[in-house]
Amino acid sequence: MNGLVARDVAVSLGGREALRGVAFTAGHGRVVGLIGPNGAGKTTLLRVLGGLMAPDRGVVTLGGIEMAAMPRATRAKRISYLPADAPVHWPLRVDRLVMLGRIPCAGLWRGSSDADARMTEAAMSRTDVLHLADRTVSSLSSGERTRVLIARALAGDPEVLLADEPVASLDPYHQLRVMELFRDFAAGDRIVVSVLHDLTLAARFCDDLVLVAEGRVVRDGHPEEVLTSGAVGGAYGVETVTVSTAAGTFVAPWRRLDTGNETP
Amino acid sequence: MTAPGTDRGGPRAGRPSEGTRRSAGTATVLPLVVLTILVLALFAASLATGHISLPPIPTLAAALGGDPGLPGLILVEIRLPRAVLGIVVGGSLGLAGAALQGLLRNPLADPGVIGVSSSAGLGAVLAIHFGLATGSDLAVPVAATAGAAAAVALLLVLAGRDAGPLTLVLAGVAVNAFAGALISLALNLAPSPYAVVEAVFWLLGSLADRSLSHVAVALPLTLIGWLLLATAARPLDALTLGDDVARSLGFDLSRVKAQIVLGAACCVGAGVAVSGAIGFVGLVVPHLLRPFVGHEPGRLLIASGLGGAALLLAADLTARLPPMTHEPRLGVVTALIGAPFFLHLIVRTRRTLA
Repeated sequence: MNGLVARDVAVSLGGREALRGVAFTAGHGRVVGLIGPNGAGKTTLLRVLGGLMAPDRGVVTLGGIEMAAMPRATRAKRISYLPADAPVHWPLRVDRLVMLGRIPCAGLWRGSSDADARMTEAAMSRTDVLHLADRTVSSLSSGERTRVLIARALAGDPEVLLADEPVASLDPYHQLRVMELFRDFAAGDRIVVSVLHDLTLAARFCDDLVLVAEGRVVRDGHPEEVLTSGAVGGAYGVETVTVSTAAGTFVAPWRRLDTGNETP
Repeated sequence: MTAPGTDRGGPRAGRPSEGTRRSAGTATVLPLVVLTILVLALFAASLATGHISLPPIPTLAAALGGDPGLPGLILVEIRLPRAVLGIVVGGSLGLAGAALQGLLRNPLADPGVIGVSSSAGLGAVLAIHFGLATGSDLAVPVAATAGAAAAVALLLVLAGRDAGPLTLVLAGVAVNAFAGALISLALNLAPSPYAVVEAVFWLLGSLADRSLSHVAVALPLTLIGWLLLATAARPLDALTLGDDVARSLGFDLSRVKAQIVLGAACCVGAGVAVSGAIGFVGLVVPHLLRPFVGHEPGRLLIASGLGGAALLLAADLTARLPPMTHEPRLGVVTALIGAPFFLHLIVRTRRTLA
């Protein structure tokens, strides 16, 4: 089986069932959006897909190799993980922080090579942070910081990028830039799985969407099949409007479904 | 080894900016060079300072020539152990402080503040109290190391990995209090008042009146500790980005944690066993040096080890300078410097983190 695949994955966190038998497939060359309400299990699924957490039940495979059997070093080279609200505990210089993404490629004893410097710089130019190279992370705005952390995740030149809400703190220009970057990245026979809350961006830039609610996959497939008012309404509890323009069709959440009985 | 060609498809490579990269290389080495020179200078000053002034070159020549004479004896038997222990113990405290701060991602972690040193002291006092020390030279260092390891393990349970500064310091207060109570109990039950005085003076921390056999006792465990800590540079760098990212970069965090806990326990335990508890070095040094290594926890390790050695040698020299019959104990000197610094840090941390 090709691509990143999860079969029948179940995880319980502190007695709560976070995932209850999830099946997931992301083929090479595709951008897959994980959508769903807060607490649905999106982050847990992303961590299981990245091999950061062993599921209680079920298997995850990448290119047919079981995640549990993959050596740490190999997994680190192939899969890059970008958490939401990632902490940066020390005020490192931006270029040095991005360079941390090269750790899986550099080995334990070797210092940074020319290739490391080149890849670091290339990743920084892709997320438009080259001009911040000698700033310290603590001096950046949250959007700039996010772009630096995305550059870090790309610097190792992984086969799979798992990103948790990567565009949440970005301005519209950089949201588009990052989504284009994901498309571009996936086009090189790689895989992007990204948690997204912006349904419009998700519909426009993802090849497939996976709608998760209460630890289950409610619906997956082509964005148009997933973003129906019934599925979205049921999962998020919102009413959507679908707008068709010359530029394309997009879906926007419009009204909470539970407001009907309230008087404003 | 990753050749440029194997970077799959890769982003278009920009030209590496040679200028910035070369200056970054120099900046990496420069603090280490400066610190090494400082340590060597203080080491020499430590050998040259004492109640009796020795003509350096003839003394050295005599000591090396195998016919020491009195000046040579003073140099080799009294001053050399003191200076070497300054480097060994100071280096351990600096290195352990930097590694613990990196592991806990907490600027207030220090072997003394979080109770590792006092627990090592407890281990040593127990070994002395139960007469294990007479059995083997290694009994006290091993007991001190066990005490230190127990303290770090207890802290990890009490405070957890991502504990805030406050939780960690409170856990440290608890560990310190407990170790202190047990030390008091051991003193309370001591066979004679002389034993109490001896133990108390030893607990105050000093490098005076140590011999080369003390060095030989402390060195093996210390070197093991240094090796364990110094090889943790990469995972500590990775931990800057949090547990999940460090894991995704290929590190086994429970192994990393065990490595650092064991490393800190070995070198702090061995140091405390020969020098008594010397506080605040592991707190102050990483802080002073962090800006010079770009705040990178990995690069901070060696720099902090050298800085700790320099600070302890300097503090030991300071303790010897005043013309008193009883020189102030080294642990007292470092606490007098360190405690105000600690207060300053708490105020600053409270402002930025809380």
